[in-house]
Amino acid sequence: MDQFRSTPFSDRLRIEADQICVDYNGVVALYDASLHLQAGCICGLVGMNGSGKSTLFKALMGFVRPSRGTIQINGVSVLCAQRDQAVAYVPQSEEIDFSFPVSVWDVVMMGRYGSMNLLRIPRESDRLAVRHALERVELIDLKDRPIGALSGGQRKRAFLARAIAQRASVLLLDEPFNGVDVRTEKLMAELFRQFRQEGHTILISTHDFSHVREFCDLVVLINKTVLAYGETAEVFTPENLAITFGGMVPNVMSGAPTSTEEHK
Amino acid sequence: MTDLLISATTISSTSIPWWLAPFSHQFMRNALMVSALVGGVCGLLSCYMTLKGWALMGDAVSHAVMPGVVVSYAVGLPFSVGAFAFGVGSVALIGFVKQKSRLKEDTIIGLVFTGFFALGLVLVTKIRSNQDLMHILFGSSLGLSTNDMWQTLIISGIVVAILLVFRRDLMLFCFDPTHARSIGINTGFLHYLLLSVLSLAAVAGLQTVGIILVVAMLITPGATAYLLTDRFDWMTYLAIISSTISCVLGWYLCFLLDIPPGGCIVLVQTAIFLLAFLFAPRYGILKVQRSLAP
Repeated sequence: MDQFRSTPFSDRLRIEADQICVDYNGVVALYDASLHLQAGCICGLVGMNGSGKSTLFKALMGFVRPSRGTIQINGVSVLCAQRDQAVAYVPQSEEIDFSFPVSVWDVVMMGRYGSMNLLRIPRESDRLAVRHALERVELIDLKDRPIGALSGGQRKRAFLARAIAQRASVLLLDEPFNGVDVRTEKLMAELFRQFRQEGHTILISTHDFSHVREFCDLVVLINKTVLAYGETAEVFTPENLAITFGGMVPNVMSGAPTSTEEHK
Repeated sequence: MTDLLISATTISSTSIPWWLAPFSHQFMRNALMVSALVGGVCGLLSCYMTLKGWALMGDAVSHAVMPGVVVSYAVGLPFSVGAFAFGVGSVALIGFVKQKSRLKEDTIIGLVFTGFFALGLVLVTKIRSNQDLMHILFGSSLGLSTNDMWQTLIISGIVVAILLVFRRDLMLFCFDPTHARSIGINTGFLHYLLLSVLSLAAVAGLQTVGIILVVAMLITPGATAYLLTDRFDWMTYLAIISSTISCVLGWYLCFLLDIPPGGCIVLVQTAIFLLAFLFAPRYGILKVQRSLAP
């Protein structure tokens, strides 16, 4: 956010993954995957189910250790980046128990835990950060609501606010546009542009191609390895998608891009 | 138990009114205080058990401590040491079998805790008497020795200290472990910390209500509070309050009506849960029906 230095972002690498391999008990999930993302970009991560998208996320968050290759975030190891609160993950709604007795405010405050002392007692600066984050996602009026009382889009915004409050420089979003309303979608798109302006790097895992075209500067096509990555206009072609999806081009591609947006 | 009843009748025949009789002796007041304390501690922990979905785990650990209690008695160790060792051991064994086999977790939990419990049953009848068996199975907060009392106090102190220091981390661990990990919180540590605390609380609780029913102490207050509030902090307060009230009231009823304390305490807890289930402001079933009506 405001505290991010105003040095030119373009030459700073946020994510630097070099030829990483990840396997689970001998089953290869990802091999030779390389990805370099600079500060201040929005990158779409596209691939089939089981193509290694979530494995890549896990590797970037430090949940799985690559058997080969290295990952650096902001020039330091994933573990250090974790400690610096550099990576924030915005979960899919299905991963969260929404009957949990916490308020919107509590959820966003969880973004500050990593910066607090052992007892996690919020200071004034933490409360300010939470308030600021809630204002940005336009949820400040609902801050005392139980998280379960929010709509799908509002829930998504609450978790986005948590990432904002965390002041992470790398944001990992898993299907952020699933089941959100038009207002949330507009707001999120606007926020993503602001984040880019502020030098954040946003990695969006998505199935929705229209969103990729709309928001993403860069695209990574993935199927057990990085098949292609680069500027959306160059990489996001029917031919590349056919390779990514093993010849099965989803018909979204063939139709006019607007047709998928209208019914939302 | 029978000794106590005799003393109770002699007391009630003197000038003290019958309803005050339970408070007439120091050791009974001690027992009451201990069960109130254990109630509060288990109530606090029950919030995490309910939210984490570890009811079955609580059941498993509380049963698995049985051989530990018996072995400790046999070799002259404080009972809590053996109980804790077996509680943690059972959890470790569950984790090990889960990792090494293709069985589902609830199957393994059921398998491990019944095995431990059976071992405890065999040991207790060989090593100790049937009366001890009843004591371990159904509890007896009236027959607490000073030694037992101190152990319970220390255990409770440890559990409360851990839960207070880590209460935010544990809440986050229950709510969103992925986020907890991604900000550098050691969730593996929290997992085993919570399991150790569970073992300790089960040890404390089995003093009062016995092995069979201790799981109720570790679930019911949390479940009750969960129906009453949408705030985590309030949930812990309500669970502690309802659990402490249940223990005091249950202990009192047990003395007056001459029934095992475990049964009384858990019955009061269940009654409070039923009240919440029916009349909770937002989540009680009567409320739901009313809001469904046009």
